[in-house]
This record gives sequence, C-alpha cells and structure tokens, in this order.
Amino acid sequence: MSQIEKGQVMTANRLRDGIAVFLTRSGEWSEKIDEAALVQEPQATAALESRAAADVKATLVTGQYLIDAERIESKVRATLIRERIRTLGPSVRPDLGKQAEGTAGAFAAVEG
Amino acid sequence: MYRYDEFDHQFVSERTAQFRDQANRRMAGVITEDEFRPLRLMNGLYLQLHAYMLRVAIPYGTLSGKQMRQLAYIADKYDRGYGHFTTRQNIQYNWIKLEESADILQDLADVEMHAIQTSGNCIRNVTTDHWAGAAADELLDPRPIGELIRQWSSLHPEFSFLPRKFKFAITGAPHDRAAVKVHDIGLRAHKNDKGETGWEVMVGGGQGRTPMVAVTVRDFLPEKDVIPYLEAIMRVYNLYGRRDNKYKARIKILVHELGAEKFKAEVEAEYARNPAQTTEVEQRELARIEKYFAKPALEKLSRFAPHFEEAKRANPDFARWAKNNLAAHQHDGYTIVNISLKPEGGIPGDASGEQMRVMATLGERYSQDELRVSHAQNIVLPHVKLDDVFAVWQALKAADLAAANYGLVGDIIACPGLDYCALATARSIPIAQALSRKFADVARQEHYGPVKLNISGCINACGHHHVGHIGILGLDKKGEEFYQITLGGSSSEKASIGTILGPGFAAHEVPDAIETILETYVKLREPGEEFLAAYRRVGPKPFKEALYATA
Repeated sequence: MSQIEKGQVMTANRLRDGIAVFLTRSGEWSEKIDEAALVQEPQATAALESRAAADVKATLVTGQYLIDAERIESKVRATLIRERIRTLGPSVRPDLGKQAEGTAGAFAAVEG
Repeated sequence: MYRYDEFDHQFVSERTAQFRDQANRRMAGVITEDEFRPLRLMNGLYLQLHAYMLRVAIPYGTLSGKQMRQLAYIADKYDRGYGHFTTRQNIQYNWIKLEESADILQDLADVEMHAIQTSGNCIRNVTTDHWAGAAADELLDPRPIGELIRQWSSLHPEFSFLPRKFKFAITGAPHDRAAVKVHDIGLRAHKNDKGETGWEVMVGGGQGRTPMVAVTVRDFLPEKDVIPYLEAIMRVYNLYGRRDNKYKARIKILVHELGAEKFKAEVEAEYARNPAQTTEVEQRELARIEKYFAKPALEKLSRFAPHFEEAKRANPDFARWAKNNLAAHQHDGYTIVNISLKPEGGIPGDASGEQMRVMATLGERYSQDELRVSHAQNIVLPHVKLDDVFAVWQALKAADLAAANYGLVGDIIACPGLDYCALATARSIPIAQALSRKFADVARQEHYGPVKLNISGCINACGHHHVGHIGILGLDKKGEEFYQITLGGSSSEKASIGTILGPGFAAHEVPDAIETILETYVKLREPGEEFLAAYRRVGPKPFKEALYATA
C-alpha cells in the first residue's frame, strides 16, 4: 500500500501574470503542485506563511493562502475540487493551462 | 452608430495612463494589493483561478465591426485566442497578465472602448434590449436614455462609493428582453395619449442570494425628470443602504426592509427637496445623443423576399435555422439575425478570435456595421436584409456559428463557474455541455418549445438561474459539486423568481433530471401551451412527483 502523507500547501497567484503557483521546499514558487512543500507541523506552516508574506512584499506573488492536500507517491493531491482545477486549468478546456503545458497536477478535478 | 464623445475620449485616455502608472507601481511594490485591488477593479481587472480576468464594457452590447475585430485581436494577442460574452452584454478574457493589462486598455481605447463601470461599487454599465432600434415591437430605442445615464453616472463622485454595485437595465419595448425587473433599477418606456414618452421606474430587483422582483415606484415619469429622479433614488440608497453587511447592501434589501411604500415616500421626499433641478434632461442634449443611435439608412424593400423564400425551400437546414434564429424587424424586408453562441457541446458565450472576425465581417457587410451582444450570451446582427440572410447563414455555418437553437433549450445561459471563477462553488459549463449534447437534436428542442435554461456556479447568480424557466444552481456539499433545480423563473415583463423543486442532484444526474422535467411538461401541456405557462398553471407538484417519486 502506498504511503499517503496529509498536510498543507502554500499557494498564491504570481503577481505579474496571475498564474497559480505553489511554494516549494527550497522557497521558490513553482507552477507544479507536485513540487510543493507539504507540511504538517505548526512550525513548518508558520515558515511557509512567513516566506509567502515576504514574497508578497517582494511583489513576487499575491493572494497567498494554505490549502489542504496529500502526497501520494510523490504526487500532490489538493483536497478541494477548486484547488485541483487550479493545478490543472479549466476542466472544459484541456488544451489550455497547466494541463496543456506540462505543469499539471496528477489528479483530476473529479475522480471516478 | 454609437460613438463615445470627446469627453469620453479624454477621460478614457487619462484613465488608461493612470492605470498604467498604478499597475507599474503595484509591480514595483510601491502600492500593496489591498491598495491596488479597488484600482484594478475600477478598470475591470479581476484575479481569478488561473490568471487575471479582464472584463471589457460593451455599452448596450452595441459594437461596430471594427470594435469586434479589435476584441478578436486582443483575444489572439493577449489571451488564448478566445473570449467569453457575458450576461451583462460584456466580454471577459480569462488569461490576462497584469503586466500587459495597460496595453490592452490602450488597444481598447484606440477603438473607443474601455473597462470602466464593469466592476466595483459604482453604477455599472447600463444594459438594454439587445434588439434596440430594430425590434418590431419597440416603442422607442432605449439606448439614448441609457447613454444619458451612463454619461451622468460615469465617475460620478457622489455615486462612486455606493454600499454595493448598482445595475440599470432599460427596455423600450413592451416585451422585456432586458430583464429590467431583476435589476437595481429598471426603466421601461411608455407613451401617453399625447404621444409623449414617459418611463416606468422599477427599483429593487435583483438576483444573487436574495432574488427579488423590482417594485414600480413611478408608472410614468416624464422624460425630462429621469435623471433628477434617479438621483433621488441613488441618494436615498446612498444614505440608508447598509454598509455593515455586503450581503444586505444591495438596494433590493433596502426596498424590502423599508417596504415599497416607505421607500417610495423617501424617494419622493428627496426628489421634492430639489425643485430646480440642474440635471433636468435637456431635449437638446438628448437629441444630440439620439444622433449617436440614429437609425441606419435602410432601403425601401418589399416584405416579401423571393431569394430568402427560395433558399428556405431548397435548404431545410437553413429553413430551420431561419425559423428559430430570426426575429421580426421594424423595417420591411429586414430581419434581426440571432447568432447562437451555443453549439452542441460548446461553452455558452465563448467565441474564438477567428469567429469574432467572421461576425465582424458579417456585421460590416450585411448589418449596417452593427453587432450586438445579448445578455443571453449570443451575438445579434440587428439589421440584415432578408435576401442576404442565406449568405449570412452560409458564412456562419462555415465558422461553426449556425446553431439553430435560439430561444430553445439548447440556448443555455451559463456563467464561467468553477472552471474559471474564484467565487464559484461548482462548475456550470460542464453541465451546460452535457445538456447541450443530450438535447442536441433541434427537432426535439422545437418539440419542447421556448425554454430558458440558466445555470449559475454559485449563489451570486451570474448565470441568471433564478429567472430561468429552468434554473440550475451549482453548490458545494462537503467537497462535492451538486446542483439545485428551480422552476418557473422569468426575466420578462411578467418576471418571477424560480422555486426550488427539492433536494439537489449530482452532476451526472442533472441531464436526466432536466429530461424528466421536460417530458413531464410535454405530457401535461395544453395545445400550444409553452413550458412557463404550463408551469404557472400547474405549479411544481407534478414535476416534483416525476423527479422524486422514483428516487
């Protein structure tokens, strides 16, 4: 059985183009949710928050918030449909957004 | 043809330059997001799920070919090759970059367009009947008074920080196609025995989480008094409208809480306080504005168009489209062409840059260089010669724009929903697509007759679900999308808010549920009775029974 690691991921929109991005362990913002730092401990959450706040100030990103997610075999699955759509692009236009650009998350908005 | 005037030209240029500076200061970190947000919203720029979204104003939905072509250019250059026509007769682009947004506003300004009044707690851009100036049943063109209201309200200092957004809709025809009774203020033209124009003033309609039908506060307001009277309404709202709770801040709540009579008395008292009105409508000014909407020079033609009749006989597909998608024009030998942006399985209201260019060319060549956007997310060619209609249809067909479902169940209104919108609670487009596929056969749609099917992806109701004959509202239930169905809504002159039928449905259950509703209607309808009339006669019970009995 595969390991499921639950936790939270910091997300925001990149200021210049509004693209959804996720905070990585090295403190960069990635378009790919799979590269996101998934944290559980309050201390780690606080670190993500303070990093995000600093990057908001530095005009890299805007509208930061934490989302619930889980890591399954190195892939990150956001809990809410809304957030999964943000990791993919519009479900009605598979030719557009992350899903068309090789930066998509691995989990569909609605999984059968 | 509508044009904005030299004042607009100046303030749009100034606004564009001002916004460029604001955006640059934002990107340089001089101003914060909290400071920038209201500024970008005043210029139609939102932040959505995947990128920024720019909402461009299309006053009265009226466009020239050149303007439509520029919208196509923007779609191709700055977006992903398409745009979304909205239920406010505007267009939205979904993939906008902040760093390019000022350039887009400049490109819009080049063709006398802008994004002012498309957002924020101000008087929003005024909407009107999309057949204005063309419809056979029209008393008068509603756009000149709309334009007067726009000029009065744009950047009006007293009304720029209202408790909440504020929407006007105007109709000059007895058949209300502008949904005036579900707007903050609706105006409807009447003529008295002397042939003078007066306006019925309706206040406090709206959709969203508290849907309400507007109440009439004046039956026949003389035209010269329109602006002073509207000012009185706005002042009462500005003074008493709630600012403590944004869900209670729309004027409909005020009208409801005060009661229609008390509200009306407040307005009349405020109106009486300013007897010598400086904002009284001057005939000369209105006449000047009317010239912007002057009727095009249409030819004197016979009512009988032989070429058109012949084409219908020879081509059943064309005949079917003509039957459903044309509307009576006030001038003999002409017709109104309604282009459905609802192809089978398509996204309601979306058009590619290429399709916009095709429509621009058709507007230029066959419709007096005029196009309209309707609040039902379709495009209108308002002045087409009957004998040109076949050529128009052929060009539309080649561009996948010839869906013959205008006004039928496939002509679905849907907001962008959770596929794009940050406020949405569920997706609406996939539901529209599934329904559009299920009822793809136009003969079947004709069998059901006129049905307005409207879908919203959240309670804010951009998809007008409350006033759909059949409304669908997408909600979130513990992380799952589910859909509530309402019946009996209407945005017509006999407006009503739909009634929730019962427990909601999962997305995959919705198409069958809608089919059950339509088949129930077919079984109980009287000869010639349309869906809404049948529902109003029998009420929700038979539909509830059919939907939930076997569940």
